[in-house]
Amino acid sequence: MTSPTLTKSRTDTRGPELRRRSGRRHSTLKHVALLIGSIAMLYPVLWMLKSSITPESDIMTSFSIIPTSITWENYRIGWASGVGGGIPVYIVNSLIVVIGCVIGNLVSCSLAAYAFARLDFKFKNVAFALMLAGIMLPYHVVAIPQYVEFASVGLVGTYWPLILPKILATDSFFVFLMVQFLRGVPRELDEAAAIDGAGVFRTFFSIILPLMRPALITTTIFTFIWNWNDFFSPLIYLTDPAQYTLPLGLNSLVSTESGSGLGPLLAMSVLSLIPIALFFFFTQKYIVQGIATTGIK
Amino acid sequence: MADARLAVPAAPTAATKAPPRTPRRRRSGRSAFLFLLPWILGFVFITAGPLIASLYLSFTNYNLLEPAVWTGLSNYRQLFTADPRFYTSLAVTGVYVAVSVPLQLAFALALAVFLDKGIRGLNFYRSVFYLPSLIGGSVGVGLLWYTVFGYDGGVNQVLRGLGFSDLPNWIGNPDTSLGTIVLLHVWTFGSPMVIFMAGLRQIPAELYEQAGLDGAGRFKQFRHVTVPLLTPIIFFNLVLQLIQAFQAFTPAYVISRGTGGPADSTMFYTLYLYIQGFTRFDMGYASAMGWILLLIIAIFTGLNFLFSKYWVFYND
Repeated sequence: MTSPTLTKSRTDTRGPELRRRSGRRHSTLKHVALLIGSIAMLYPVLWMLKSSITPESDIMTSFSIIPTSITWENYRIGWASGVGGGIPVYIVNSLIVVIGCVIGNLVSCSLAAYAFARLDFKFKNVAFALMLAGIMLPYHVVAIPQYVEFASVGLVGTYWPLILPKILATDSFFVFLMVQFLRGVPRELDEAAAIDGAGVFRTFFSIILPLMRPALITTTIFTFIWNWNDFFSPLIYLTDPAQYTLPLGLNSLVSTESGSGLGPLLAMSVLSLIPIALFFFFTQKYIVQGIATTGIK
Repeated sequence: MADARLAVPAAPTAATKAPPRTPRRRRSGRSAFLFLLPWILGFVFITAGPLIASLYLSFTNYNLLEPAVWTGLSNYRQLFTADPRFYTSLAVTGVYVAVSVPLQLAFALALAVFLDKGIRGLNFYRSVFYLPSLIGGSVGVGLLWYTVFGYDGGVNQVLRGLGFSDLPNWIGNPDTSLGTIVLLHVWTFGSPMVIFMAGLRQIPAELYEQAGLDGAGRFKQFRHVTVPLLTPIIFFNLVLQLIQAFQAFTPAYVISRGTGGPADSTMFYTLYLYIQGFTRFDMGYASAMGWILLLIIAIFTGLNFLFSKYWVFYND
């Protein structure tokens, strides 16, 4: 990080004391601006939080983000709302899908990344280019034949169409992320393992995989968040409300108008964002690294 | 997992003498195949296979129940000559991309520069500005927007508090509904911002020092040091955000309740594709739309790379 004094221009001929004071004022101004910006950025989320604990009748009459009266009624009603088992079932379903996706991505992407980063094989460059091209491919182009495929083997209406693609390393982004990471791991380690008599599989599992921890954590975080939020694939593949994931279930709270109302809707929306917020607060370092090195969202 | 199988004995002489190159290479090739097996299956059945299949389907009439019937270019002809909604969806997505991506990148760059100079509380601000990126595409936030921009939602309360009257229902009004979704997207400028911040850190401090000694003020430093050295990152963000913006779906679906309304004002391209493919089950037609989207994205990305040599500055 550059030190702030570097930005002082040569023409600044005031005494050190004066300069420091003006610097402080400058930085106070900056902080005020940033704080206002922060509140503006967080306003929608804070308003949602506050509304979720506000009595239904007061929600739409106040734009303040400070709660006046607190009630848990919205959460109680929201928790019991929804068709096909409601919110608790949607949460369990989402967890099943997301955990399946995380395991799938961790296993398949690290295997593929090791092959791309360390092993020698025919058509390696072509395969690598195809893998990279996969990052750019819009999902909507392949969604229809994929649906046809899954329908023809009777898997529509199950979680397989959501999880199987991850088990088959189709999230190229993570393969790329791990390849990049492995490029920074010294090859001497592999060679030393080979000299000690370890085969490629053993080298991978006992030497490389443990070293890949940061990349694996980044993959876990983003796979969790993306698939927890994912709406398009569940919308296509899951038709029975008992199988809905949380986003699909939340969305249906509006369309069915199951009498739950605005307060419970907002309360359950808050609930759906909590796991993301938790991940965010506890793994920020990895998130920031992940975005900075590969440009993930 | 494959621990039992990995008992492939390595040449015992390895330590003293390198084994002959060919057998080792072949073995490496064989194990590479095993490592790549999931990816190969995924490439064939989940990515490339469906990609080719969708090209084929785009020349057919197919509804999943009856076998596909070859109709040649009829889907494409229909799209370009007899489907005003197709043009509407192109226009809606075009406006969305053209307005929200530059705005988002401008905010991202401005905040990244603002936050760069060793400010106290950096982590806090970065978190606050980044958080919307993680949740912006979720159904929960879509529903929040749906609530806040509805007739008596929070926004109108604020505006009324400021003395405005005669306020529209932002979502129910075709003139403003797309704007609410653009705003939602701009709100997620945090992820390009973090990428910019990482880029800024790569710019050597000496350059600013030098510029300062030459009498360049902060604005000139920004104009002549920061921007040129950041152009590769700007380019990277532009390519990435364009590709993502073309595929926006969830907010439009949630906010318009899956209709693209009012009056098709939020009929995003992907939403129209979804309606054709998965509510009308006109899968040939939707496949044609998919390929057109692919070509549009490819052309934009290609143009980006083509023009990049005129403005992107690589310092090596």
